Amino acid sequence: MVHLTINGKVVKANEGEMLLAVIRREGIEVPALCHHEAVEPFGACRLCTVEITKEEWDGWSNFVTSCLYPVEDNLIVNTHSPTVIELRKTLIDLQLARCPNSPEIRQLAEEYGITKTSYEEIPDGDNCILCGLCTRICDQMGFAAISTVGRGHGKKVAPPLDEAPPDCVGCLACALNCPTNVIEFTDEGNIRTIWKKQFELISCARCGKKTITKEFAKALSELRNIPIDYFEICDECHRKELVQTMGRIASWSREVVS
Amino acid sequence: MPVQTPQQLNDLQKQYLADEEKFARKVLVCCGPGCLASGAANVVEEFKKLLKKKRIQNFSVEALKETGCHGLCEQGPLVVIEPQGIFYTKVKAKHVEKIIETSIRKDEVVTNLLYTDPKTNQTIERYADISFYSHQHRIALRHLGKISQYDIRDYIAQGGYQALAKALTKMKPDEIIDEVTKSGLRGRGGAGFLAGRKWATCRKAEEQPHYVICNGDEGDPGAFMDRAIMEGDPHSVLEGMIICARAVGSNDGYIYVREEYPLAVQNLQLAIDQATEYGFLGENILGTGFSFNIKVSRGGGAFVCGESSALMKSVAGEVGEPRAKYVRSVLKGLFDKPTVLNNVESFANVPVIINEGGEKFASLGTPKSTGTKAFSLVGKVRNTGLIEVPMGTTLREIIYDIGGGIQNDRPFKAVQTGGPSGGCLPESKLDLPVDFDTLTEAGSMMGSGGMIVVDDRTCVVDLAKYFLGFLVDESCGKCTPCREGLYQLHRLAVKISEGEATEEDLIKMEKLSEMIIIGSLCGLGKSGPNPFLSTIQYFRDEYLAHIREKRCPAGVCRALIRYDVIAEKCDGCMACIETCAVHAITGKKGEVHVIDQDKCDKCGACYAVCNRDAIKVT
Repeated sequence: MVHLTINGKVVKANEGEMLLAVIRREGIEVPALCHHEAVEPFGACRLCTVEITKEEWDGWSNFVTSCLYPVEDNLIVNTHSPTVIELRKTLIDLQLARCPNSPEIRQLAEEYGITKTSYEEIPDGDNCILCGLCTRICDQMGFAAISTVGRGHGKKVAPPLDEAPPDCVGCLACALNCPTNVIEFTDEGNIRTIWKKQFELISCARCGKKTITKEFAKALSELRNIPIDYFEICDECHRKELVQTMGRIASWSREVVS
Repeated sequence: MPVQTPQQLNDLQKQYLADEEKFARKVLVCCGPGCLASGAANVVEEFKKLLKKKRIQNFSVEALKETGCHGLCEQGPLVVIEPQGIFYTKVKAKHVEKIIETSIRKDEVVTNLLYTDPKTNQTIERYADISFYSHQHRIALRHLGKISQYDIRDYIAQGGYQALAKALTKMKPDEIIDEVTKSGLRGRGGAGFLAGRKWATCRKAEEQPHYVICNGDEGDPGAFMDRAIMEGDPHSVLEGMIICARAVGSNDGYIYVREEYPLAVQNLQLAIDQATEYGFLGENILGTGFSFNIKVSRGGGAFVCGESSALMKSVAGEVGEPRAKYVRSVLKGLFDKPTVLNNVESFANVPVIINEGGEKFASLGTPKSTGTKAFSLVGKVRNTGLIEVPMGTTLREIIYDIGGGIQNDRPFKAVQTGGPSGGCLPESKLDLPVDFDTLTEAGSMMGSGGMIVVDDRTCVVDLAKYFLGFLVDESCGKCTPCREGLYQLHRLAVKISEGEATEEDLIKMEKLSEMIIIGSLCGLGKSGPNPFLSTIQYFRDEYLAHIREKRCPAGVCRALIRYDVIAEKCDGCMACIETCAVHAITGKKGEVHVIDQDKCDKCGACYAVCNRDAIKVT
């Protein structure tokens, strides 16, 4: 067990935990756009930066991203020092210059009192803030179908050679976790389109509802060792079936008892 | 045929020295990048062709050596005749015959190829007497220009791999680390971390295996020290790495070299193959049971891959992005294992430290920055080239004694040190001793050793704009402050250079710089605003001239200048008219020419071509 002080309050944390988790557990709001519990912390958006110091540091302090800074005994953390607030405002201001039309970024900016960026808006910008969550989640899923391409200010997220990615299974993990909802996809009839690639959606054999893509079912079946016919029925019908089975078992046991 | 004992190595050294002494002379042709670009390969071919035909007593084509960079690139291609040390400059293939007949067959000198001292206008025969060389002290560059860059026998003849033999047979790993610690050697890549301490931490790390990496990803514009060492003396780097591997307990090493250095890649691979053949690499090195292998890992030329954590990702085949280093890479580096990463120049120093002792190395330089440092001296100095001086040498000595002062005797304006993330120092700082801490205190940094000298015709706003633009392109793009912050900083610098900025923009730039420093993930981002910060620190007036007076004092920023013909000086030679790409200059032969300001695109070609000084820039 580690003891540290956050905004004046002494709190306990587990060894190896990251600061951000402890800060949020204490109910303190610290923004973070590139963070997701499912993947390793990355430290790209820098919004979760906090100021840290220790008694023995003689007044010296440091600025660290709380998402990937492990807790330490006797650490004194300030999540909203004047410099931290100024940094956060600058970062949001810079993101707003990059994505002036993103509702998510505009809302975050408004929370920090920024309605218009003080920097030059970037021409032809999309709403991608390059947090890399999509590519990291895709890696974590085991597909690595997309990645960041290039470097510097022209960096972007793309499939290899900007063509339909061979390894994509259309699971939507990238799109559904994008903090600025910038990854486009469509489901029309039984066809899903994402990253310029089309997938056939499985229709539930019972209720006809569209479930996941055939490619995703095949990948899950192989990766998690699940029989492929499991995916012929949707989750809801699986549950109904389970309820019916349980009901039948219950009525049998009643019969046996009586 | 691998060398099995130190005695065998001594015998080999004697044999190779005797082989060399069969010849009365040695001809060393510099085949460094600068000399190759100005035609050194043709000179070598011509020598080979002629020497095959000619019969000269006590001499044969075997005594012709293609060496690494000799240093004085400005005067290349360079040819040196040893043992006399005769130094020929700007040698072309057509001069080769004369050199052979005069300086090889006879003991005379081809005077018109000698170096002329720009101060005294006198020719100098021996390179040791030229002030460019006489003020230097070479350790890391000790073999450059003196041995063949392709032949391990030359390296062994000079005492090569003796340090390895000593380290492997006479020293315990801890003693090696003690020696390096005693030397005070600080990382030559720029951060200046104590090499001995890094090695000791890695040695103690429990997790296995340990790795040794050599960082050859030199990316600063205008820097070529590491390139010269990797190309011209690759074995010194290998020897340093093997000694390090022994000290920290590693069996696998990598040299990360950028793909833009094809000759370095080729020479390193050749050196690795030769060293393996001689038993200095591979299994059971020098019969001691110690094994170490080195692989060359080629980088794609991303500047950020010179940053240690990004470099290790790149070696592992991942996207070269830095990671937060709350856990140091010496404990969790390549493949998350303990890793020692040192720069090319640092490794090249190691054999000397082992041979001559750490104390001797530490006696050079300043107490906190020991030894010597290689620099690539470029820009508006007379003698551009590769140099090495003891730490603590002043900027003035480097620029005026070694560099020979400013070209055309123009006024010195600033020297940019430490690469893009370094800074600019003005004339008032010329007497600063060059070492890690002094340069940092002055607002610049040592960096890997690039030194760009600029004169009064360089605009600092333009200079800052160039370096910021470089960093915008070379940022890895991972974290927001570096990617977006430097982009906006660059845009604001552009705005100043176009005369569109206000003083509020300057304040905005200063605040943004502060936030980029606090907020960025890696050293590249944290030092990214330096091109702006160091120039605004020393040249605020020049920034204000752009903002308040809409004037570029150096006459560089196109939006703020105009070119005019000085009627009294123009003799109507038509040279500028023929040169102007946008046909903005009119006039007849023998009559005063006129520049149409609406058409002029301010390229400055007329200014450069006019040899009557009849064009002014305001």
